[in-house]
Amino acid sequence: MNASFPPTEPYATLEEQRDSATLGMWVFLSAEVVFFGALLLSFVSYRISYPRDFDVASRQTKVALGTLNTGVLLTSSLFMALAVRAARKGERRGTIGWILGTMSLGFGFLAIKAAEYVLEIQDQLFPGPHFYLPGADPGHARLFFLCYFILTSVHALHVTIGLGLLGVLAVRAAWGSLCREKGHQVEIAGLYWHFVDLVWIFLFPLLYLLGRHPPHG
Amino acid sequence: MGDDGPRVRTYLLVYVLLLGLLGATTGLAFLDLGGAGAAAALLIAAMKALLVLLFFMHLRGSPRLVWLFAGVGFYWLAILVSLSLSDLLTRPWFSSVLGSRP
Repeated sequence: MNASFPPTEPYATLEEQRDSATLGMWVFLSAEVVFFGALLLSFVSYRISYPRDFDVASRQTKVALGTLNTGVLLTSSLFMALAVRAARKGERRGTIGWILGTMSLGFGFLAIKAAEYVLEIQDQLFPGPHFYLPGADPGHARLFFLCYFILTSVHALHVTIGLGLLGVLAVRAAWGSLCREKGHQVEIAGLYWHFVDLVWIFLFPLLYLLGRHPPHG
Repeated sequence: MGDDGPRVRTYLLVYVLLLGLLGATTGLAFLDLGGAGAAAALLIAAMKALLVLLFFMHLRGSPRLVWLFAGVGFYWLAILVSLSLSDLLTRPWFSSVLGSRP
């Protein structure tokens, strides 16, 4: 476990290789910031244009499940941070344990999200031919749920990709091919996982909470 | 960057703060704060994001170069958001000139 590993080809030192990997991940995440940012901006633009209908529509989201899911994702981020810490210290069991903990919370998040989708489809809130929401302009309310399903499903796709990354790392840690020198790979996957959490931190209030305080009580 | 990063106690403290902010934002959503409600929700989201970025993503204690790479995405996003909203939010001011087109 303490054997010294040489850096791969273009790098002079292992330190340099790690720093490059971190910077590369941040370049990718910066592109993701703009990607999710643009989606959220279009949602906010519609919200500013049709505030009343969007308030009515957003009150139909399942706020208890959404709050619970935010807690699940925040807890998974804590576990991920502890996995990175264990990997840096070269603790194989700790790394595997915390990665598996993070993954089970990630699966939990997806399960709760799927349950929400089922409830919403039963409530005829999916923006398809059966969409029905009294008390709001149907076109505008449909637009809210179109945004809702696109934003949350793209986010769920990111959670799924994160689960795949973590699964590979857990297997490699179990095989013993993830030694302390290569522990940086856990850190890179961790950056991705925390970023997915970061996106949800903004999705949650914008989609679930903003409509809860109507202007006239 | 430090060898082992922040201490476990730091992570736990950040986690408790995050859960506290989550409770606060959901609680505030059910109070009638008028226009301040949206501002409060977004402010709390920004605080949570900052905690995740600084501690879980280790920006605190990272070299300046990492800060730069992490910052560019938010910088361009800020330009995108501010220019778009400066159009959308000021349209009512010019409704006499533009008519009532959305």
